[in-house]
Amino acid sequence: MGMTITEKILAAHADKDYVEPGEIVDCRIDLAMANDITAPLSLEEFEKVGAKKVFDPNKVVFVLDHFTPNKDILSAENCKRIREFSIKYGIVNFFEGGQCGIEHALLPEKGLVVAGDVVIGADSHTCTYGALGAFSTGMGSTDITYGMVMGRIWFKVPESIKFHCYGKWQKWITGKELILHILGMIGVDGALYSAMEYTGDAIGTLSMDSRFTIANMAIEAGGKNGIFHVDEKTIAFMKEHATRPYTVYESDGDAKYKQIFEIDVSKVGFTVACPSLPSNAKDAGELGSVDVDQVVIGSCTNGRLEDLEMVAEILKGKKVAKHTRCIIIPATPAIYGEAMRRGYFQIFLDAGCIISPPTCGPCLGGHMGILARGEKAVATTNRNFIGRMGHPESEVYLAGPAVAAATAIKGKIVRPEEVI
Amino acid sequence: MILKGKVWKFGDNIDTDIIIPAQYLAHTDPRVLSQHCMEPLAPDFAKKVKSGDIIVSGTNFGCGSSREHAPLAITGLGIPLIIAKTFARIFYRNAFNKGLALLEADISDLVEDGDEIEADISQGIIHCKGKEIHAKPIPPFMEELINEGGLINHLKKKLEG
Ligand code: SF4
Repeated sequence: MGMTITEKILAAHADKDYVEPGEIVDCRIDLAMANDITAPLSLEEFEKVGAKKVFDPNKVVFVLDHFTPNKDILSAENCKRIREFSIKYGIVNFFEGGQCGIEHALLPEKGLVVAGDVVIGADSHTCTYGALGAFSTGMGSTDITYGMVMGRIWFKVPESIKFHCYGKWQKWITGKELILHILGMIGVDGALYSAMEYTGDAIGTLSMDSRFTIANMAIEAGGKNGIFHVDEKTIAFMKEHATRPYTVYESDGDAKYKQIFEIDVSKVGFTVACPSLPSNAKDAGELGSVDVDQVVIGSCTNGRLEDLEMVAEILKGKKVAKHTRCIIIPATPAIYGEAMRRGYFQIFLDAGCIISPPTCGPCLGGHMGILARGEKAVATTNRNFIGRMGHPESEVYLAGPAVAAATAIKGKIVRPEEVI
Repeated sequence: MILKGKVWKFGDNIDTDIIIPAQYLAHTDPRVLSQHCMEPLAPDFAKKVKSGDIIVSGTNFGCGSSREHAPLAITGLGIPLIIAKTFARIFYRNAFNKGLALLEADISDLVEDGDEIEADISQGIIHCKGKEIHAKPIPPFMEELINEGGLINHLKKKLEG
């Protein structure tokens, strides 16, 4: 029986020739990551077990991105603890201040993840790196402690679900619309414990940025990981960003899938996820009566260059609606710099947007854009749970960058054609 | 181990932002976290719930983020067990790592808030409303971990050995 790409990566890291879904495997890991919210709990456990060192100071990553620049004393104390730990144990990849971006945009950009890797992170969106043909998944702080110390962790080999995507993309439609469309089809537990594997011509024509967006939201379907095949775009990306060697794994022709979905992407429209589940999919065209108080463009889902480029194209020469706030958050310092050089910042400022430093900020209701009772936001982020961005009676609609930009101009949820 | 407690019932897709909202995540002390458990959905929950009470829920309990603050907020209230139809993957691992027992069984329609239930964790047998319900067995590997006192004890032993 053949194996899927996910099964092959796990088998290789468990030093086995063959693994199958349901099997428990003990794998070597290539990277263990935690952030300013999850690392403090990991470090508490690290002390409890009395470990003397991390398994490899090059392969433990801390990114202080959630509540930074520190929003209050408590978050500052947490960052201080992580900083002191990093100095003490010689952690090479410790990111804060001007080096820091949102973890899941930052790690691929820094070349820390390559195809064939096994990566664990104390953050549920660690599944993002599957876009590079790696196996990566989120876990809790305690599991990360184990990984940090042992350089290994146990996994249950997931079943795989294949999403075969074909057809031609409509203008302005990105990976975000596709993944919201898929969530609408299968629901928030439609891929529970499973690997979500993407194949087909329509994936080949997608940018790496869009692939990261799709892999990012595997967790929103309950998935264990999202995973893409390596093609010339993946290789070009790795050549530009990474120096480590990579390994390409391919799913076998007779690999077993729990389910196979065929998706014609030419039928994917401007999908928006209405409150309060990422699977409440509707077309932006049906939602024009919703008044929007705040638009957030950023996050590990859609704070990359492709997103900002699209937003700049739509906002150019236009103004944000009088009673709407539009907050734009480039996900990393490199993206920030490139957006500035390309002149996007002037467009954003002229339109009346707020440009934030790279941070998770409002995405998780942390800081830099919290909603009041009854307020509504359109966000390019990945979760719209009750109270996610502020007051429990505020609401979040999830959208792609083009719908978000158009919504900022109108102050109501609209399709981009309506403002162009 | 046999647990007896009163039921607190919640619906489907109870996410980690409900279990513990992000604004409290700079805290790591379970006693502080627990005071805000379920706050967006049930602001009184933390005040009213008693140590030993049991949460019953529908599908996909614990979906969303990987925050271990979620199981900590629950154990901080003295809740030893959650019975749900299904659990989200990361929450499942985290709960066991933090000593919170989980049983997968569909009893949500059977019980009401305040009902007494009894559960035998190791056997996965639940008694409620005069009925005996068998939960999905805990994976043998997880059971081993529990018997060793959780992942951290397992790691400690490895480091000492
Ligand atoms: S941007 Fe949002 S979803 Fe992404 S890591 Fe930060 S808080 Fe999590």
